[in-house]
Amino acid sequence: MPLDAHPSAPAPATVRDLRFAIEEFNFEYAAVLDAGKVADWPNFFTDDALYVVTGRENADANLPVGLVYCEGIGMLKDRALAIAKSMMFAPRYMQHQFSNVRILALEADGTIVARTNYVLYQTLVDEKTTIQQVGRYDDRFVRRDKRLLLRARRCVYDSLIIDTALIYPV
Amino acid sequence: MPDDLTKTSGKNEPDYIWPNDDLQLIPDWVYTSQAIYERELERIFHGRTWNFVALEAEIPEPGSFKRSFVGPTPVVVARDLDGSVRVFENRCAHRGAEMCRPAAGKVKEFVCPYHQWTYDLAGNLIGVPFRRGLNKQGGMPADFRPEEHNLRQLGVTTRRGVVFASFCHDMESLEDYLGKDVLEDFDATFDGRKLKILGYYRNTVPSNWKMYHENLKDPYHATLLHAFLVNFGLMVAGNKCAMIVDPSGRHGTLASAKPEEKLQVDDYAKKQMRAFSDKMELADRRFLDYVKEFKSPWSVTMQTIWPNLIVQRELNTLGVRHIVPQGPNEFLMIWVMFGYGGDSDEMVRHRLRQGNLMGPSGFLGLEDNEALKFVQQGMARSLSDTSYVALGDREEGTAHHIITEGGIRSMYRHYRGVMGL
Repeated sequence: MPLDAHPSAPAPATVRDLRFAIEEFNFEYAAVLDAGKVADWPNFFTDDALYVVTGRENADANLPVGLVYCEGIGMLKDRALAIAKSMMFAPRYMQHQFSNVRILALEADGTIVARTNYVLYQTLVDEKTTIQQVGRYDDRFVRRDKRLLLRARRCVYDSLIIDTALIYPV
Repeated sequence: MPDDLTKTSGKNEPDYIWPNDDLQLIPDWVYTSQAIYERELERIFHGRTWNFVALEAEIPEPGSFKRSFVGPTPVVVARDLDGSVRVFENRCAHRGAEMCRPAAGKVKEFVCPYHQWTYDLAGNLIGVPFRRGLNKQGGMPADFRPEEHNLRQLGVTTRRGVVFASFCHDMESLEDYLGKDVLEDFDATFDGRKLKILGYYRNTVPSNWKMYHENLKDPYHATLLHAFLVNFGLMVAGNKCAMIVDPSGRHGTLASAKPEEKLQVDDYAKKQMRAFSDKMELADRRFLDYVKEFKSPWSVTMQTIWPNLIVQRELNTLGVRHIVPQGPNEFLMIWVMFGYGGDSDEMVRHRLRQGNLMGPSGFLGLEDNEALKFVQQGMARSLSDTSYVALGDREEGTAHHIITEGGIRSMYRHYRGVMGL
């Protein structure tokens, strides 16, 4: 929906500030994940956050399934723990890149509704770099103690056919 | 190894003679050879088998269709006007175009976009533009009969909302094909409740398609590879479990029952399971909850239905996995996750939360895909040329313990018969 059509569309100067803040947030988010510090990843979310990774075919058809489906920070922590301590997979590097940040709405309670496109590159240590996913974040941000936190992040990927496995968070 | 020195053919130019005629040894060429793959297409996927193609819930109304596959061969699954399910090749009879492109949809008829040859919901040719030519010139020959140019139609059978198709038109019933024991666990999952589609995952695995069956006929790996299962008490060496095999050897059910209490693991088993740790705890144990909703002694059944279907009932997360081979070295897997029509919102969310266990990003599922890739690479890049499946010695058929590879040997006894190997 174009910004000016949204009932709670914020003023342009506010949009500029919000977009800057969300870009900063996403850059920090990527820095943590791309450094492999997966245990710190849940810190970007509220305690009651929803985190879902799903294919665009599911999002378009309103099918609720998630490749990853975490309700609440406990499930995010468990996934982080499983990646760091328990799961078996080949070593790799991941790198996120972001673009097209859009502020879709600023709701009365301060919730920021935003959308950001992402590209997620994967480099297995003995293979060439590939694009693991191209997709978008559909986000709901809230402010807690002057910090932005994610109350919901839905990662909707266009790349419907996953190559082998998606290990790390998107 | 002296045997290797006397061999006249390597694994790239094998003579296709089974080593020592022994089911404890599996030659690499069954996983890597293009010639063997082509024989599998002819004798297995296009031969006397029932192949999964769809859930009926995916094609709910007349005109609903789904693009699907039998082996690697594209087919369309459509619901006809009378409610019956039709399966036909996705290939225009005119120039061969794979004409149906969307993954799913609803139509009145199928029209090839190239020259607009038109087919009904059963794949019968009903329209050819300019059949009579233009200004009495051109057009199809006078003896052209549309009914001789229908799309190739497959035999279809359904059970409890699951659709199977076959290029063979004199197949035995699905019930006879599956056998009594495998049918019993199939019916426990498809228990007559209406299915509700929750969504799709799709992934490739750089591995031979048979390895996916073998992985689920190999209960040995479950408590060794999957630390998550072990540490959180879902499946521990010592659980009540079984590897059920049908009389033909091709189908199987890997079944286990989650213990009511956290299982006490003795020191021997702990030492064998390197992944085991008493200290790991989940922050949110809802992943592990089991809502008893099935008439079955098992809380988990993983069914390998030859040649292209896995039925997953892992506690309350349910799905079918459709194996689509892409040559000897890769397969595509299409997951259709589902619940039941009567599920409460909370039950749907429970299934979605538990879905974190499975799929190409699942705590267990991603490990299987990684391990299978390692196996294919090991076979492709080494000089050695057999794998060794001797657990449980030479036993085949159903076993009520997990330290066995009898299910794999049963599958290869069947396979060798069909393949003439």
